[in-house]
Amino acid sequence: MEKIEQKGIQSILFNEPPCILSGASVVGKKEGEGPLKDYFDEIIEDAMFGKDNWEEAESEFMKEACNLAITKSKVDLKQIRYLFGGDLLGQLIGTTFGISALKIPFFGLYGACSTIGEALSLGSITISSGAADYVLATTSSHFASAEKQFRYPLEYGNQRPLAATWTVTGSAAFVLSKDEGDILVKGITTGKIMDYGIKDSMNMGACMAPAAADLIYQNLKDFQIKPDYYDKIITGDLGKVGQEILFKLLKDNGVNIERNHMDCGIEIFDDTTQDTHAGGSGCGCSATTLAGLIMNRMSSRKWKRVLFIPTGALLSTVSFNEGQTVPGIAHGVILERR
Amino acid sequence: MKTEPNHKEYNEYVEQITPKHNLCKTCIYAFLIGGGICTLGQCLMQWSMNMWQFSKEDAATFVTIILVFLSVLLTGLNWYPSIVKVGGAGALVPITGFANSVAAPCIEFQKEGQVFGIGVKVFTIAGPVILYGVFTSFVLGLIFMILQKVGLA
Repeated sequence: MEKIEQKGIQSILFNEPPCILSGASVVGKKEGEGPLKDYFDEIIEDAMFGKDNWEEAESEFMKEACNLAITKSKVDLKQIRYLFGGDLLGQLIGTTFGISALKIPFFGLYGACSTIGEALSLGSITISSGAADYVLATTSSHFASAEKQFRYPLEYGNQRPLAATWTVTGSAAFVLSKDEGDILVKGITTGKIMDYGIKDSMNMGACMAPAAADLIYQNLKDFQIKPDYYDKIITGDLGKVGQEILFKLLKDNGVNIERNHMDCGIEIFDDTTQDTHAGGSGCGCSATTLAGLIMNRMSSRKWKRVLFIPTGALLSTVSFNEGQTVPGIAHGVILERR
Repeated sequence: MKTEPNHKEYNEYVEQITPKHNLCKTCIYAFLIGGGICTLGQCLMQWSMNMWQFSKEDAATFVTIILVFLSVLLTGLNWYPSIVKVGGAGALVPITGFANSVAAPCIEFQKEGQVFGIGVKVFTIAGPVILYGVFTSFVLGLIFMILQKVGLA
């Protein structure tokens, strides 16, 4: 039997599945006050993390998460052959300065908020192909650095629409291994760019929902399974608006996931007390929820099979000003407890 | 997917299900906050005219300086965004909003240096208002001059 098996048109099945050996999450104050506060490894009260500016602070979150994940895995740093990671900032400066001290051969990824799905996918392929025994996958986002790059300076007053999401401050890192760990990466479904012509950058749920819907539809088709094959189908940061759209798009195609769907963006904040509107977003949103809540639920045997789908809105201020739409992408990772 | 909406259908659907702020409520808040700022300005004006016998013109300049100062101070303390969150355009349209839009980039981009940070980015938000404000005045002035020359004004 082949170690890596192609399934359908967008999926891969790992017959010798790589495992998530360890995961670590480091989040900011607001996330640490949210509903998932008990699941994070570290909550950093200082948004600057003792650094001089937002970008360096974001790097520090990532550095902390990577070190924590490596410590937890008990793997020697030299054994980690590749690092897959990225963030939201231009030229991936959050990642570059966050991981430079680790000296691990590095592939930089940009998948907007879907980055951790992309990193886990490529990391799993790398391990499964025999190119590495251990791989580190990481991502980060920071509310302030994201606002500064994509929207307005923090002190500028404006009214956020109700469909807007709140960028999560935090980073998560995962050590993948060939055969150690309770949670297996059984397969992946790689998303394609989906664009239904939405131009409203403040309604990212609507930009990303088609990508998530298409990915779920294709995953079920490629593996010839029904939604209830999974205990949970977990999207990254669609928020409340995106979730409603996702249900409708899938229903139009005869797929109902309302019973077992969860969205990390909806889970990570409580809108009624935290004023976050439609939910959380950013690379850190799905990544820290995976390292926190999802891995906890899987290890404690509440969930056996999970389809984890970080979603990204491929927004650029340049293309936005030039009148382009905001395309979406999603990356599916099939997780299964051993 | 098998069934996909076309872009027009999808945009219409999204528009329909996306929650919006209550227009009536936001208008009332904008009126109260905007009205409050203007009332403060008017009080300062009357006060300065009575206290120091300022001319109306001097009093207007005095009011402008004080309102801009207050806005910059509140921006620095990061309180102004909270006022705008409630008041919306009521807090953005008066001169205090303009001051906020200049002060905020100064604070945010100060880390990128005096020249490439503050210098280059100070007017990223206010720039269009300044440019097109000056340009509109120029065009109106030109029209007024022509009308004067032909004896219509």
